[in-house]
Order: sequence, then C-alpha cells, then structure tokens
Amino acid sequence: MANVSIRDVRKSFGTVSIIKGVDIDIQDGEFVILVGPSGCGKSTLLRMIAGLEDITDGEIRIGPRVVNDVPPKDRDIAMVFQSYALYPHMTVAENMAFSLRLKGLPKAEQAKRVQDAAASLGLTPLLDRYPRQLSGGQRQRVAMGRAIVRDPQVFLFDEPLSNLDAKLRVAMRAEIKELHQRLKTTTVYVTHDQIEAMTMADKIVVMHDGVVEQVGAPLELYDRPANLFVAGFIGSPAMNFIDGRLDASGLVLSSGAVLPLDRTPPVAAGSKLTYGIRPEHLQIAPAGTLGAIPATVAVVEPTGSDTTLIVKAEGGNLTVLLRERCDLRPGEAVALKPVSHQAHLFDEAGRRVATI
Amino acid sequence: MKTEAETLHGAAQPRPISFAFLAQIILIMNSFIMLYPVVVMVLSAFKTTGEIFEHPFALPDFTQVQNFTRVLGETSMPTYFVNSIIVTGVSILLILVLGTMAGYAVARYESRTNTFILLFFLAGLMLPLKLAVIPLFILLRDLGLLDTRWSLIVTYTAIGLPSAVFIMAGFLRSLPSELEDAARIDGASEPRIMWSVMLPLARPPMAIAAIQNAVPIWNDFFFPLVFIQTDAYKTLPQGLTTFMGEYTTDWGMLFAGLTIAAAPITLLYIALSRQFIQGMTAGAVK
Repeated sequence: MANVSIRDVRKSFGTVSIIKGVDIDIQDGEFVILVGPSGCGKSTLLRMIAGLEDITDGEIRIGPRVVNDVPPKDRDIAMVFQSYALYPHMTVAENMAFSLRLKGLPKAEQAKRVQDAAASLGLTPLLDRYPRQLSGGQRQRVAMGRAIVRDPQVFLFDEPLSNLDAKLRVAMRAEIKELHQRLKTTTVYVTHDQIEAMTMADKIVVMHDGVVEQVGAPLELYDRPANLFVAGFIGSPAMNFIDGRLDASGLVLSSGAVLPLDRTPPVAAGSKLTYGIRPEHLQIAPAGTLGAIPATVAVVEPTGSDTTLIVKAEGGNLTVLLRERCDLRPGEAVALKPVSHQAHLFDEAGRRVATI
Repeated sequence: MKTEAETLHGAAQPRPISFAFLAQIILIMNSFIMLYPVVVMVLSAFKTTGEIFEHPFALPDFTQVQNFTRVLGETSMPTYFVNSIIVTGVSILLILVLGTMAGYAVARYESRTNTFILLFFLAGLMLPLKLAVIPLFILLRDLGLLDTRWSLIVTYTAIGLPSAVFIMAGFLRSLPSELEDAARIDGASEPRIMWSVMLPLARPPMAIAAIQNAVPIWNDFFFPLVFIQTDAYKTLPQGLTTFMGEYTTDWGMLFAGLTIAAAPITLLYIALSRQFIQGMTAGAVK
C-alpha cells in the first residue's frame, strides 16, 4: 500500500490542453473518487496514474517513487476498466492468473491466490467459464478479482459500474466499498455519477475542464461547496440558483422582487450575487408569509419516501424536496421559506462568499 | 377479427413461393454445378483412359488404384507435391507473420506515417503483379533467385501481403484497446500482448487471410511457368502439364494427379472454414 501524490500535473494533446495543472494528495489506504462531467479530464488523469498516458508536465509519485517514466507493469497498480477488458479466450481462472503467470510465480502460488480471490468474490463456481458465458455483474467481479490477486499498492477503477443496470450498480457499489474496507488498499476511482462519489468516497475530487474545483469529504462538499460548479454538480436533485444584486433590503432579483437575507454577506452593496439553496432547505409556508418567496406549484413528483415539487417563483423554476407527503396540487400558490444557515451566496466569479 | 373459416381459407390459399425457397433451389443447383467436375475428376482417377471414354459417368471400381501408384511411383509427382507444399506453406507463413505484424502496427500505433503505410499496402491490392512480370523477372534474375523456390515464395508473399494487412488491420482495429491496456498493466511486454492476447483473438481473420491466399498460390500456374525451369523445383500445376503429351494423354493418370493435387487445399479449406464463422470476441467487452 502507498500514498499517491500528484503535483502540478498537465496533459496536452497537441495544442489542446486537457489537464491544466492538478495537485492531489491521496493518503495510504484512502478511497478517493475523481468525479466530474464527461470530458473534464478525470479518466485521462487516471490513465496517467496507471502509466497508460504520458505526462506532459508535472510529477506523479506512488509511495516515495516518482513514476513519470515507469512503465505500467512496474508501478504495482491494478486497474478495472469500464468495459472490464477480460481476455475473451481465457477462462475466469486464467484471466485472474494472467498477471501472476507473467510475473513467473510458481503454479501452486498462482492457484492459491486465484482461489482466495475467487472465494472472496463468490466466483469459485465460475472459474472454468469463459467471459462470454458470464453476466455483466459476474464479469465486473472477475475484473475486480483480476485486480485483487495481484495485491497491488493502488487500485484504479475507471467507471466500473457504468455498464451495469441501476439495481446491480447499487449492489456492486456496496460490494466495492466493502472490499475496500476489508483490503484497505489505496483506491482511485473515476466516475461521472455524483451519487457513486457521495456514497463510496473517503475523499472526493471534483474536476471540471481539466482543473480541480474542490477536494474534500463527501458531506463537506455537500454542505460547503467552494464554488457554483461544485454546488450545482454535487447533490440530486440539484441546488437551486437565483441571480440578483445585493441591496440593503436583501437580494434584488431582475424582476425587482426582493429576497430578504438573514445576514448581510461580506461583500459591497450593489455587487452581483447568486443565491443557492438545496431543494430540501426550502420549506413550504402558507401563501403570503412574510420574508418567504412567493411561488406557484407546477409539478408534483411523489416517490413514496419523499416528494419533489417544481415551483415557479420570481427567480425562475425552483425544486423543493419534501421529506413528508403533501397534498399540494399544480397551480396552488405557496410561499417558500429558506432554512437559515443553509443558503450559499456566490460572487460573480462563482466563488462562495458566504453561507447564511 | 377473423372467423375460423376465414383462417382456414387463408391457410389453404397457395402462398407465393418465398424468395428464400428460390434462393435455396438456386444454391443447390449451383453446388451441383460446382461439385460435378470434382466428382468426375475423382471418379475418373480410378478408371483407365479407355473406361473414361467408354463409360464417362459410371462408378469405377475403387480398388483399381494403379493410376495413383503409377503417378506416385513413375513420375516426378511427389517432388512437385513437396515443392507445392513448401512454396505455399512458407508463403502463407510469411504472409501471416508479416501481415499480422504490419496490420497491428497500422491499426494501433498512432503516427503520421501510419495512413501512408496503409495506403501503400492498399496500392498493392490494385496492382496486378502479372503486369510487372518482365521487371520482376529481371529483378529476380539480378538477385540470383531465378529458378529457385524462393523466386515463387517472395513473389507470392508480396502479392498476398496487401490483402492480409488490410484484413488484419481492419480486425485488430475493431478489438477494444482496453484489452491491450489491461495486458500492459498485467505486466505483458508488447510482443507478449501480440502473442498472448491479440493473436488468439485474431484467429478468424488469420484463417481468412490464409485460405484466401493459399488457394490461388497452390493453384498458380503462371509464375512457376515463368520462373522455374528445373524439374526438381516445379510445383504441381506446372508439373501436371507434363502428363499431357503432344499426341497422347493418359487421362486416368492425369485425373489421379489432379485428385492428389486438389486434396490438401480442399482439406485445408474444410479445416479452417470453422474459424470463419467463429466469433471469438463475444464477451470481451459488454
């Protein structure tokens, strides 16, 4: 096991810059998730850690060793690919033993390691099958088994669950997390699914356009997003944003309506701000309540455990998440009361300036 | 809704003959036309010349193998046979080894010269080498290869390479590159990836490249005729012509020779045709 340190790493293909200076510190045994929209450079960064992609500039260390020019096989890493990349002409056992065979381990040792890994993943009855005879979830597990047998310093996962159906994905999510808690191997995991990131990670790295937007524990990112991008990306349903201008009376919206603020943020009066609040931090109050946002119910989406409302208000459409059931109907007038200390204010550059 | 009577009526009505049925008939007739000469060749190999002309369609006495014993014992047929095996075998081996390696390089290693190299190979597909037989003759003469088996091997390899590169590059490109990445991380060197991962998967296109080249090489009459003078280096198609005399021809022996000549390539075809159909990549990726 080892820590991974990424120092001012850059990558460009020709003149196109994909990764524009990234610094990440991954502690020994940590489960770190790189998350971001497609094309943000997270997979490229993972492939650079794996050694499958050259590093244009900067430095990547695994343990104490700089690995920039070390070929993948000497980095002591194992990787699980999105498409699993199982060797179609080899059985499950041969797939798992391939790396051990190349290392020249004795046959008995190979068999023992494969047996152990297979047992821990429930693959023992499948060892003689070929990949084409397995279901998606089983292939996924074989891909993980192939990584485990090597007992590497770092596990790398490249969107391993995106080819599975929703139900299996939830099950495998728990399985991977459980596996990590058992093996305690440093893990870097790439996904575009923020739910996966929130549920599995010790630490999340949010990437956007080749830069790191924020690094932190899942709930830290959720409660204190550093900027508009992270605020909008983390959380489902997404955070509501209302644009306005700061005034003595509160936030003046483009329509002229005023959203009163509990506290005055530390910015000059007259500056443009974006007010952000999560759907569950908006409470429904009777229409006409003082200091609340007047709104009209547009859509009601009950899911059983909670209810999502889409309402029309001054700042545009807002989402409200209610933990209890409600008997509101489309067209009904309501007022929305923000929970105090839960709303964020972002300045014109998108940075969070206050939480009120 | 249909009543029962209507349904019955509908079933009783003569249905138009389907396209598939017609296609079957045409294919069956075609296979008769294709197989007929082969059958006549094999049957005639067991007859004397007299019998062939007396009862061309009769079943022969299959114990009469004197045509075969004479062909193998009294003529240079065994030499021709060995020459054909050597020339075809070495050519196919070279075509497969070089074609697969070039195809892999063209398919996988990104570089500016890549497209140019592929186009260079493709240009070879469009050029009938028979047109260049005179310069080729001069070239081989200057290389001192004329009247050797090598003259045929290098020529056939050159003719076969473009299509092999084309087939292999197309197939290898369709294999997911994540397979190679996985092998690279598992600790495989580049030749090892080629040998342990790509080649086992590339068997179907290699079979196609092999058969597609082996049949014309085995059957080729033109280049041996031009390049080979020494009897010891002649291949089967060229050698068999010696059975056809200017005034008389022993048809029984000729057919026996033809049967022996056609057997290996037919067997090869039957052996490899399974690979044609096999889809090896099922399960490689989702």
